Amino acid sequence: MRADILTALSAERAARRAAILVTSVPDGAQRLVREADMAGDPLAETLAKHFASGKSGLVETAEGQAFLTVQVPPIRLVVIGAVHISQAMAPMAAALDLALTVIDPRTAFATPDRFPAIDLVAEWPDEALGKRVPALDRYCAVAALTHDPKIDDPALAAALRAGCFYIGALGSRKTHAARIGRLTQAGFSEGEIARIHAPIGLPIGAVSPAEIALAVLGEVISELRRSSQREAA
Amino acid sequence: MLSTDTDILAAAEAWRREGRGVALATVIETWGSAPRPIGSHLVIDGEGNFLGSVSGGCVEGDVIVEAGEVIDDGRPRVLEFGVADETAWRAGLSCGGRIRVFVERVD
Repeated sequence: MRADILTALSAERAARRAAILVTSVPDGAQRLVREADMAGDPLAETLAKHFASGKSGLVETAEGQAFLTVQVPPIRLVVIGAVHISQAMAPMAAALDLALTVIDPRTAFATPDRFPAIDLVAEWPDEALGKRVPALDRYCAVAALTHDPKIDDPALAAALRAGCFYIGALGSRKTHAARIGRLTQAGFSEGEIARIHAPIGLPIGAVSPAEIALAVLGEVISELRRSSQREAA
Repeated sequence: MLSTDTDILAAAEAWRREGRGVALATVIETWGSAPRPIGSHLVIDGEGNFLGSVSGGCVEGDVIVEAGEVIDDGRPRVLEFGVADETAWRAGLSCGGRIRVFVERVD
């Protein structure tokens, strides 16, 4: 692999853009294809499938086998609410290699003491996103955990607009019914709102904050892996 | 800390910048029960230091030896490991799977 290709791969990763490295297996020849430049590539159709699935793999080409190394941006987890569940979630997210940001405008909750060494933002989500916190994209999971519509709703709306691969919101079925009403009023369709996981988390009977954190992260990973399987099919 | 494939590519870049000889191994094909998914990387330097894994420990030793040769001659190659392979005696996948690993030099 040429050093300039490796440098270009890191630059794409830093810019949160997907890229595919095409390696000819017979002779080792390589080229890097950015998602934006895909249309001009001889393997455009195949590359499109791999960009969608995020999965690397071997493909047959006119020149023999080629290996596609798919690089998607690191997965981010944006949690709305500096609450007890988020505290429990922080070390678990780190173990799963999810880059965690916690947003909560309530300065009593969002304190460095409660969230040591965590990217913690004591701002309203709609003010933070796109400024202090990089804009959401499809490689983001968003979990709204404040129970407060004034804080959760703008983040959920931003997550729906950005096509985040996972969107979850804490609250009972009754709370969620009210949320559906508000998001409908805000102009979201039934199909869009159905993308929100609520009640949040896998049904493992979670009780403690750590158990709820586990249920939410389990659901995030399930959605991350499921979405790549679905798109690859 | 566990290293992700992202960290491994970053290490390949950093090691190369330090002037070390570097090879990158990538799992390009798997059959049956394989311990590491397609696309998994192992980065190796000329001294035999390595980061990452292509099999969870079963065949790394052989990949590292081959990587030394790749660093020397610059010729990329494909290695195959599995129970059906004669290398199974010295470096086999106990899980019964088979994998193909592409090893290339980082120039």
